[in-house]
Amino acid sequence: MANSIIRLIDVTFAYPNGTTILKNFSLTMLPGEAWAVIGPSGCGKSTLLYLMAGLYQPSGGQLLVDGQPLSRPRPKTGLILQDYGLLPWSTVQDNIALGLDIRRFYGPDGKHAPIGEPLPNRLSQVNYWLKRLGIDHLAHHYPNQISGGQRQRTAIARTLVLNPDVLLMDEPFGALDALTREGLQRLILELRSEGHLTTVIVTHSIEEAVYLGQKILLLPFISANLGGCVIVDNSKAGSADYRQTADFFFNCNRLREILETL
Amino acid sequence: MVMKWRDALFGLLATMVIWQLLAWIALIALPTPSVFPPPTEVLTVFFSLIFGELGWHFLVSAWRVIAAIAIAVVLAVPIGLALGQMPFLNRLFSPLIYIAYPIPKIVFLPIIMVLLGAKDASKIFIISLILFFQILVVVRDEATQLRPELIMSVRSIGAGRLALYRFVYLPATIPAVLTALRVSVGTAIAVLFFAESFATTSGLGYYILIEAWSTLRYPEMYAGVLAMSLLGLFLYFVIDGLEKWLTAWK
Repeated sequence: MANSIIRLIDVTFAYPNGTTILKNFSLTMLPGEAWAVIGPSGCGKSTLLYLMAGLYQPSGGQLLVDGQPLSRPRPKTGLILQDYGLLPWSTVQDNIALGLDIRRFYGPDGKHAPIGEPLPNRLSQVNYWLKRLGIDHLAHHYPNQISGGQRQRTAIARTLVLNPDVLLMDEPFGALDALTREGLQRLILELRSEGHLTTVIVTHSIEEAVYLGQKILLLPFISANLGGCVIVDNSKAGSADYRQTADFFFNCNRLREILETL
Repeated sequence: MVMKWRDALFGLLATMVIWQLLAWIALIALPTPSVFPPPTEVLTVFFSLIFGELGWHFLVSAWRVIAAIAIAVVLAVPIGLALGQMPFLNRLFSPLIYIAYPIPKIVFLPIIMVLLGAKDASKIFIISLILFFQILVVVRDEATQLRPELIMSVRSIGAGRLALYRFVYLPATIPAVLTALRVSVGTAIAVLFFAESFATTSGLGYYILIEAWSTLRYPEMYAGVLAMSLLGLFLYFVIDGLEKWLTAWK
């Protein structure tokens, strides 16, 4: 498949201590798809995400993003973690501008920043996303002065400022209260509907996986002895009111059943 | 601990009152009360000398200790960051640092003076050496304690090693560096006093011990003590101010 955005071919990953997390793992994601990855703790779902982000290197096999082998984080891939992703000594505004500042620091070298894509105006770009995510009144606050939900909005804004085509999220809303979580989930759907954003969300919540993932990857406890990985089609996901439909509940139950058999 | 100006003023006033009381007690109790002159007498001498001879010694001492701080920071911060970031290097050097850290470096002053001479270089070197280890250890520990999630997320938006140093490690260690400096500025000045007490003809240590004390000019001696205290206070205020400014996020 030539037009895949993320492609793993027989990827194996083992930690330096010898623990094998993934073995001969293959997967293809198409541009614009919304993926959710779910599985028990320690199944390697975060590892999979870090591999796709270029933060880990596979010990075997090949990983292509946008047709290119990945040897370092790719400028057009955004990553959002559950916590600790923001610089505690920088204001919300400066945190959002961090990616732009790093690009300016290196210059367009094709390694850390794309060549031929002029750097957007720092102030106007940052202000746009501050407003868009409803955190403009917090521009001069530090991360420890704002709520968890506001911190995640800052992290999302920091990624979107860089105009990504892939958004990777590692349990991004796990530590938030239900209403904040739902607000941010709707925000992800909104952002997806606006552009060709491919999203991959790692979660331990069945409801979140079904709400945000049009394709749901279930990883068994030890993905190393594979064969067990299952992809569930959930193509009706993607609209904000999907949560209230009978399909949603049906798919949650189906996912729960499959998870129990893994 | 950041002090308000009002508190500083009150502290100064309290010091003067206690000093005056002690001077009165000395007047009654001591056979030679001139050993403990009252603040008014010392302040008069201080202000008559600070724009001349004493001021010059003050500047010499200030230059030595500030140069030493600058050298220690410039050397210890990158080395501390490198050690904190590269577990291999840290494993290699940490036994050495563990042994060297508690050694009172001041005992090496005679050797340093043999090697570097009796001029500024030896004095600056000994103070730098002491501060170097203090800063090295806190910077190293701070760099090892940074959360891997933070590093990962900053790497994911394009930061390589260089940008990580510029945008993460360096700002993360600033509070630790300032704390180390605040704790060790007293030691630095004590060491300066000792280093200036022999084989030199300048600096407040020289002024206090050689020019004033050995010729029994007590008011001048106290003016020197006051100048040295003010040097310590000045550095402390600067570090305090930097801390207030640079660590507002805490």
